Amino acid sequence: MLFSPLISKPEGVSAIMLKVLLALLPGIALYVWYFGPAILVSITLASITALGTEALMLRLRNRPVAPFLKDNSALLTAWLLALSIPPLAPWWLVVVGTAFAIAIAKHLYGGLGNNLFNPAMVGYAVLIISFPAQMTQWIAPQGLVLAELSFTQQLDYIFLGMLPQGLTMDAITMATPLDTLKTHLHLEETVQQIFHMSIYGQIGGHGSEMVAWGFLFGGLYLLASRIISWHIPVAYLGSLFIIAWIFHMADPAHFVAPLFHWFSGAAILGAFFILTDPVSSPTTNRGRLIFAAGAALLTFLIRVFGGFPDGVAFATLLMNICVPLIVLYTQPKVFGKKAKS
Amino acid sequence: MKKLYHFHGGIHPPSNKAQSTQLDIARTPLPSKLIVPLHQHAGETAKPVVHAGEHVLKGQLIGMPDGFVSSAVHAPTSGSISAIDMQLIAHPSGLPNLCATLIPDGKDEWVERKPIANYRSHSTAELQQLLRMAGVVGLGGAAFPSDIKLRTGKQKITTLILNGAECEPYITCDDMLMRERAAEVVQGAEMLRFMLDADHVLYGVEDNKPEAISALQQAITASVPILQQNKRHEVVAIPTIYPGGSAKQLIRVLTGLEVPSGKLPTEIGVQCFNVATACSVYRALAHGEPLLSRIVTITGNVRQARNYEALIGTPIGELVELSCTLPDTNGYIMGGPMMGFSLPAVHVPMVKATNCIIAASEHLFPPPPPVMPCIRCTRCVEVCPADLQPQDLYWFAQSREFGRAQAFSLFDCIECGACSYVCPSHIPLVQFYRFAKSEIRAREHDKQLADQARERHEYHEQRIEREKQEKSEKLKAKEKAAQTAKLACSQPLTSQQQAEQAGLEASRAHIRELAQSSVEHAKD
Repeated sequence: MLFSPLISKPEGVSAIMLKVLLALLPGIALYVWYFGPAILVSITLASITALGTEALMLRLRNRPVAPFLKDNSALLTAWLLALSIPPLAPWWLVVVGTAFAIAIAKHLYGGLGNNLFNPAMVGYAVLIISFPAQMTQWIAPQGLVLAELSFTQQLDYIFLGMLPQGLTMDAITMATPLDTLKTHLHLEETVQQIFHMSIYGQIGGHGSEMVAWGFLFGGLYLLASRIISWHIPVAYLGSLFIIAWIFHMADPAHFVAPLFHWFSGAAILGAFFILTDPVSSPTTNRGRLIFAAGAALLTFLIRVFGGFPDGVAFATLLMNICVPLIVLYTQPKVFGKKAKS
Repeated sequence: MKKLYHFHGGIHPPSNKAQSTQLDIARTPLPSKLIVPLHQHAGETAKPVVHAGEHVLKGQLIGMPDGFVSSAVHAPTSGSISAIDMQLIAHPSGLPNLCATLIPDGKDEWVERKPIANYRSHSTAELQQLLRMAGVVGLGGAAFPSDIKLRTGKQKITTLILNGAECEPYITCDDMLMRERAAEVVQGAEMLRFMLDADHVLYGVEDNKPEAISALQQAITASVPILQQNKRHEVVAIPTIYPGGSAKQLIRVLTGLEVPSGKLPTEIGVQCFNVATACSVYRALAHGEPLLSRIVTITGNVRQARNYEALIGTPIGELVELSCTLPDTNGYIMGGPMMGFSLPAVHVPMVKATNCIIAASEHLFPPPPPVMPCIRCTRCVEVCPADLQPQDLYWFAQSREFGRAQAFSLFDCIECGACSYVCPSHIPLVQFYRFAKSEIRAREHDKQLADQARERHEYHEQRIEREKQEKSEKLKAKEKAAQTAKLACSQPLTSQQQAEQAGLEASRAHIRELAQSSVEHAKD
């Protein structure tokens, strides 16, 4: 017995996820260029952990393992999480975060398609709350600090916690541009003074702004190939721009220009890759606009007035909670039920 | 150029129409037997008016319309009725239905036909009755009796739409009909326009059928003498997008109007007929020929796909053999690949609604990949022509939250299958909606029965109660009568007695008053 429709588009979930993974590649390539290959190690670690945890959880939940492992969704969570945490972190940090994301944030909620929260951001939140010290050891862009680790030295540190003789973590890591800005603003310096520091580039952080360009490029590919709709990235970046612009215009000495907010931290990554996670974002277009605008406001507030180095993760999680309500109140009008023309 | 409008969503599946438009429409040879179902239309089954063993002529009535929504059924050729019994028919349920089996005598001898010379001199009601008795039903797929659709009551119809969109892949019967019989379509359309008293006629044809469009245009130009002035006929090439041929979507594209949810197109002054229906209206009125045959596309896994004019009741097995099915055929679909259904058996007869038979094979329609969970990607939302939220409806259907499914407009779903087509998780979404709809209908039916039972029970109780009351009232009346009779017998009261009684009454009232005030006092 055959049931209609008998034909379907070939593109499946795993192909979609694969395209998203591919879209991350330009950003990752630039990451390696500016910060060295350590990020590849954490991506690999996260991938292995994600697949292992996924398989284990599927087995425990009596679900078929092979088709779900092939859907690439666990890999995507792993990559997004690895990109959110310092590459030069001890190996167990990545492993704990990824395992938590997959086991708790994804599978305990019912697995693929059922998670209320973005799993990668749950993993990030757990790590930054539990291990704040390790989570702020950001590797400095190449050429900015005196001491640089070779790849094998990086591996030694990641897996064995060993640094070359005479070196301390402080010599090779730096606070992020967002963090530095916050710290120095507290020291009563102005934005203009702070931006003279070598850590800053043209619009964002030195190096990190280029990585953001890479993610923007990948994000535009996702838009062009209709993997994501424009609503979330446009509403998120647009709202972030407007909010930052208002503050910047009011007090340029203490509030940075809006483009800095775009090109530092995880704003671009969030706009195209994190907030657009279909499972944990609204299904209605109007809902997407509200969701993204809310996330932009929260990102700004956390960055500028909050205690965490970046606000994208918590903004995402807080807006994830609102999704069912947003969707309920933004239902589009059904054909034949529209206002009389 | 006429301004066209859009409906939301839609998809572009591979059309696969070229295979069956290479050759012209062929007439089928007389089949060995004809199985004519008495229920081929929406509504009530026609009542058989012939009996087994009877000889019938081509076009002779064998099923009388029974009920308001019903239509006549005729003998497609001359021969003898061998049986009137339950037979398997082309229905997704696979349940048998009442059919008349006819063994053709090979003479194809007509019953007396009564063509109408000038339909404009007849009343609309008369013409409707003629169509009903000619068994004319919608040939687009729903097989709704056409005469009912012409009964528009007081509603003024401005636009008559002729549906030649034919948006489903594979199907080309309307395309070929428009190419070869455009003149009949236009004349039938004018008859329909006359009966509806519509202001103008729009032919909606998808722009992937240029031959059909130009054939219709030529036919309209040629028919100018028979058309009424100021009642414009216009062919409109509409964008090829599935489901652009769905009535509500086609109306939207051509007029910009939306048929209100749960209402008929007549509500907004529009009525819609399939082009093939118009053709059979013309044959019925101008030639007195009831609906005995239709054009059907035989395509898919066959050697030579083609359109055939086949008699209603032809066993589908005999029909597909004309196109030589290939050996790896694993089933037959009636209708298109988007909305069609699997035939329960190959020997079932074709009916008035049979527009296409697709021989299926694993190669053409590979089994769907394993179903994955919904990831709420909303590709289904993007393509839904009814502006629904398919992913939510799916969720409600699978968790049996039927109330919420209804609140989310489940019944506005036209089951076009666009959502299933694009679903990256390969969820058979439409199956879920069909399931939810049938569950809700079953529950409503149960509820109706329960309501009826309760009403009956309550009525029964009421009646008993009333009878009791009546009885007791009768009894009281009797007693009263007896008492007054008694009183009448006794002496009338003296004035003193009356005064005493009045005093007694006054003191009683006083006591009542006192009691009342004390109660109120206590309350305070």
